[in-house]
Amino acid sequence: MEDNSSKYQVFVVNSAKYLTLTTTKYDRRKKWIQTDPKEIRSIIPGSIIDVYVKPGQKLKAGEVLLTLDAMKMYTKIEMPFDGVIKSVNIAVGDKIPKNMVMITIE
Amino acid sequence: MSFKRNILDLRKRKKEAQQGGGEKAIEKQVAMGKKTARERIKAILDENSFHEYDLFVEHTGRDFDMEKKVLHGDGVIIGTGTMYNQPVAIYAQDFTVAGGSLGLMHARKITKIMDHALKMRVPLIGINDSGGARIQEGVNSLAGYGEIFYRNTIASGVIPQISVILGPCAGGAVYSPALTDFVFVVENISKMFITGPSVIKSVLGEEISMEELGGAMVHSEITGNAHFFAKSEDECFEQIKKLITFIPWNNAQKALKFPTQEPKIKKSIEEIVPVDPHNPYDIRDIIKAVTDGSDFFEIMEYFAKNIVIGFGRIQGNTIGFVANQPMYLAGVLDCDSSDKAARFIRYCNAFNIPIVTLEDMPGYLPGVDQEHAGVIRHGAKLLYAYSEATVPKVTVIIRKAYGGGYIAMNSRHLGADFVFAWPTAEIAVMGPEGAANIVFKKEIDEAEFPAEMRKQKIQEYKEKFANPFVAASRGYIDEVIEPSETRARLIHSLEVSGSKVDQRPSKKHGIPPF
Repeated sequence: MEDNSSKYQVFVVNSAKYLTLTTTKYDRRKKWIQTDPKEIRSIIPGSIIDVYVKPGQKLKAGEVLLTLDAMKMYTKIEMPFDGVIKSVNIAVGDKIPKNMVMITIE
Repeated sequence: MSFKRNILDLRKRKKEAQQGGGEKAIEKQVAMGKKTARERIKAILDENSFHEYDLFVEHTGRDFDMEKKVLHGDGVIIGTGTMYNQPVAIYAQDFTVAGGSLGLMHARKITKIMDHALKMRVPLIGINDSGGARIQEGVNSLAGYGEIFYRNTIASGVIPQISVILGPCAGGAVYSPALTDFVFVVENISKMFITGPSVIKSVLGEEISMEELGGAMVHSEITGNAHFFAKSEDECFEQIKKLITFIPWNNAQKALKFPTQEPKIKKSIEEIVPVDPHNPYDIRDIIKAVTDGSDFFEIMEYFAKNIVIGFGRIQGNTIGFVANQPMYLAGVLDCDSSDKAARFIRYCNAFNIPIVTLEDMPGYLPGVDQEHAGVIRHGAKLLYAYSEATVPKVTVIIRKAYGGGYIAMNSRHLGADFVFAWPTAEIAVMGPEGAANIVFKKEIDEAEFPAEMRKQKIQEYKEKFANPFVAASRGYIDEVIEPSETRARLIHSLEVSGSKVDQRPSKKHGIPPF
């Protein structure tokens, strides 16, 4: 094996520090981010078929916000809890990427 | 009419059929840097040993003008031959015939040779080079795939099944290799994916090349679908020929015995391992220090490098090695390494190959990504596989054996037959640093110089617990040995385990945490 000692990194497991190399997959891992329940994000790319709400509108949990066309399926996105719409960042016909903040709630 | 005429006619027909997709298609295949299906079979089998069947099979497509097309052999070659003078069954998809696409008769040929391999209890080698389902044959193509998958599953653990990906293998086709024991891939030639780049782009807007999406290195390093990576088809064939020397022809046999050789490693085994448990080394050097001729045939070299698996021989007998690799990620257990080792252990168990485990691992990889990726579920696979295995199981603890990882790495508690430890072994519920922080929290927090106190307490814990003697005093390890004794101990313990019988309750099958 080639000499990799210059590439060693410090790696902490249970408070102990180890010298070691890392793997590509480890380096590419995604950092976990706390999601904000007040942001309605797209979990899949698609296009917007319908938007039923406007900023300032007061809604109850379960009321439909929009219809998203993704993977040949029309999916209705619902209000997760009672609240007021703060912003609507999408319009009918928009093609949206994954993880886009479509609607925010106050 | 004389015999001669019949024979000449037969020869003509054979010659024509053996042309596959014809000269132009063959030229195209060669231009892609690929060998033809026939050349591939020839390269893998013993010289002149190949016997072909179903050369004259024709496709049954009757829609979309398919009835007007002649597809020689329906795009796949099947037959039997020998490797090292022992029988094997083989099929190779012929990309020059309708892109190697799978129709009903193509699949029938494959399932015919699979049935034969299973009945005759001989290894099956499948060479995949196909554009996928033959769309014109509709649901018949799907039926064909399903019947192949079913046979892959039934034959699993009975005969060795080897998949060689030498071209595209996309959509449903990928699941046959995934169900087999070993998958071989070649750089720039193998492409495996469920959904190709063009669909991904149109549906998701993500742009990626075929090589980046499902090329040989991606499956070797990232997905873990492939077991062997080669730079060329020739290198790949050499790998197949080497693998086959280590494995038995079926699950009722043992692998071929070879003449014993002493290890070639000149360095003394103690010199390989740094005494400080925080410093890395290459665990493969230890494996090579105990195997015949220092020969170690690594499997999944690029995936989950923090654990090493592969075959070597001890006194001429094939042994499956599982070893933590301190060189990568400090040798921690995680989702991928547990998965990798567990499947290999099950392979060894199914095919009567004793398992030697070399342990040097600080615990499980911490992190949200690991927890959310299911390190509990994947980690449990390793416990399951070791506990389930009834082949001889020997463990050597080299340095760290902490916590859950100590249990998982073929401990006495999971049914190891022999457990040895080097005097450098640290067998404890966790490493001294972590343990001192918990056990002596109060003393450290209240001390005038907490850092000093912490150091002192770590040392105290180290002396008391970070050694092999506490475990030895309970009989959890059988003997603390000098590193230089390792090979001799392995030889003896495998020798005395030669007729091991370990009867388990009868059951249809267990429910491993897949």
